[in-house]
Amino acid sequence: MPHIYIDDKLIEAQQNKTIIEVAFENGIDIPHFCWHPELTVAGNCRMCLVEVGMPKKLPNGAISVDSSGKPEISYFPKLQIACATTVAEGMYVRTKSEAAINAQEAVMEFLLINHPLDCPICDEAGQCKLQEYAFNHSKGMSRFIETKNHKPKRQSWGPNVLFDAERCISCSRCIRFAKEIAKQDVLTFVQRGDHVTIELFENKEFDSPYSMNVIEICPVGALTSKDFRFKSRVWDMSFNDSICPGCAKGCNTKLGVRNNEILRIEPRANPYVNKFWMCDYGRLTQYEFVNNNRITDPYIKVDGNHKKVGLDEACSEAANRLKQFNPHQIMFVGSAKATNEDNYILAKFAKHLNTKNLDCLKYIDENFQDNFLRCADKAPNTNGALQVGIKPDLHSVRIEQLSEKIATGDIKAILVMEETFEEYTEIFKNLSELKLLVVLGYNHSNLTSIADIILPASTYAEIEGTFVNTDLRVQHFTPAVVTSENLRFMGMKMSRLDKFGAFNDRWTQHQVRNSRQSWKIIQKIANRLNANWSFRNSHDVFLEITHNIASFKGMNYELLDEFQGLTLGKAEKPDPKVRNYESHYMKPN
Amino acid sequence: MNIRKNSEAERLSFWEKLYLPEIAKGMGITFRQMFKPKFTRQYPEEVWIPTGSYRGRPVLVNEDDGERCVACGLCSRVCPALAIEVQAAETDRDKERYPEKFEINMLRCIYCGFCEEVCPEEAIVMSKDYDLVFTSQEEAILGKDKLLVHISKLQDRLEFLRQYK
Repeated sequence: MPHIYIDDKLIEAQQNKTIIEVAFENGIDIPHFCWHPELTVAGNCRMCLVEVGMPKKLPNGAISVDSSGKPEISYFPKLQIACATTVAEGMYVRTKSEAAINAQEAVMEFLLINHPLDCPICDEAGQCKLQEYAFNHSKGMSRFIETKNHKPKRQSWGPNVLFDAERCISCSRCIRFAKEIAKQDVLTFVQRGDHVTIELFENKEFDSPYSMNVIEICPVGALTSKDFRFKSRVWDMSFNDSICPGCAKGCNTKLGVRNNEILRIEPRANPYVNKFWMCDYGRLTQYEFVNNNRITDPYIKVDGNHKKVGLDEACSEAANRLKQFNPHQIMFVGSAKATNEDNYILAKFAKHLNTKNLDCLKYIDENFQDNFLRCADKAPNTNGALQVGIKPDLHSVRIEQLSEKIATGDIKAILVMEETFEEYTEIFKNLSELKLLVVLGYNHSNLTSIADIILPASTYAEIEGTFVNTDLRVQHFTPAVVTSENLRFMGMKMSRLDKFGAFNDRWTQHQVRNSRQSWKIIQKIANRLNANWSFRNSHDVFLEITHNIASFKGMNYELLDEFQGLTLGKAEKPDPKVRNYESHYMKPN
Repeated sequence: MNIRKNSEAERLSFWEKLYLPEIAKGMGITFRQMFKPKFTRQYPEEVWIPTGSYRGRPVLVNEDDGERCVACGLCSRVCPALAIEVQAAETDRDKERYPEKFEINMLRCIYCGFCEEVCPEEAIVMSKDYDLVFTSQEEAILGKDKLLVHISKLQDRLEFLRQYK
């Protein structure tokens, strides 16, 4: 293991690592544009130039020392790029010496020669790596008085990505991403010198399911999202940590929210799940149902029409009507889309009523699967639902038999949690024959239109809870969107507009929905049937899960956050913590 | 302990205590003022027009081919009173962005002029309007229809900015 000195700090480095990697792992940031830990080294931006030297050796092989006893270092006259120089025993690196800073400033000056200063128009402004470095590593002035090169703007690269050639600083991150991670080698540099630009191969399109990741890794605003373009300034949004519910992989995400509306979803680094990436499907489809067409109040069906009622009244009604059935006539439909906490309380409720008919819908789609992030199970928490007890036993009614059991009259009442039966038309056809249909749902759907009691459930973006992903990793997430229930959730990040808005400001007139986390609604119903539960928040529920279910033993939300998720049954042996690389982001965040 | 010193009775002289001569003195001053030149202005019949340096209501500069604003949101960000709300959208013009919605809440605005100072396009400037009257809170939120002012009416301010900004 070579020992090197970076800015006079002794570091024990791993063999064959580059200077920039070793520096990053030890908390020293060397400015760079083209280097990315998950991509190959290109070494073309020249931003990470550092001074590299070795101790001077005397003819007899001993190290020459100066009068104060320190070894004399002879630095190479030419600077080296930190991203492509591997460390060697006894190497000395200076990242903040005069020569290094001069080199960085020179590189910035060259990069800014042809970069259009259209930050007011550019979507990247506020989280732009070039802006950040122009502030920290440049002279703050330009000597260039000639006209800038103009290149085509608004080139479509594919269904989701737009390219602005003028803003590109030719770091080649997108080219390398397409080739190495997305495995769709369609991008290349054309031309040379200051006319260099990136083009697609002829008759090719960059339509990989992971294409939108290039928007994040692009250090400037050259690549923008067709979906998000100009929706909001980055500093007007709040970013809260979440988990993508698009499939069972459980990619870590950040939800960009303004005016209580999710405007974009972007990946959050987790070395053990999704690294730095997520798929376009997750980004583009997992916020519509949070923003639009929501059930905001409880309803009871009276004479065929839905009547808006209070939550207490709706829960009492549900409890009173559930009482009228024999336990074996009732079926509980849990959800692979709901959290462990919700499913656990539902299973507990079923047990309280002595009902064994408990199952959940499965969303298996082999066509969705690929060998990178997307997996066949399109619900986020199938494993978790099974773990906390949403599974039928030998004698109870399974979800596959539901349709037939309703027809025969064996099942007369159903409580559905966070499901719509949209893809299960066979079952849906028979649901209208039920005596009682209680639905906890997010959106108005065909199912809610035939329901007897509708209860407004909160979506994944509004609750605190845990999901278990396809690799049995338990991951914790917190709310990003405000409901009347989580108005004062501790630690929720707020944008400036959220913090300082008054009641008569237009931007605060967003909808605060009167929805509840599913387990809270179920607890309300259960308490009306003499359950006497007193869970106050998801912490309490998760605590009980960790006590009662062996595989969750030793876990809590703080540990889950600290280690970015723990594997079921291995809470004592977490994966090692690493420093997560973040290329560029809104500061302060 | 009550110490009564410097009371009115102690301060006033005999003639002042008599009251009437003092009234006559005061009326004398009043009559003398009636024949001196006037300093008051007959507002609102006689309107005061400020110079270019005056910071009145902020307005958006409208050129012949449309507004200058590109909806960058810097005015909204810098506004200490959070008076400005901007929603951007895309256009086919050379500058790809324009404000779909631009609202200034004049109840929040404190006329500090930061928005004008930060604007990279010189698109929002302080005008000479100072007599703003509203009858409701909603009316005080000015939209693009009220904010856009043709550049020809803003020459004084633009000239001032060119000299002193």
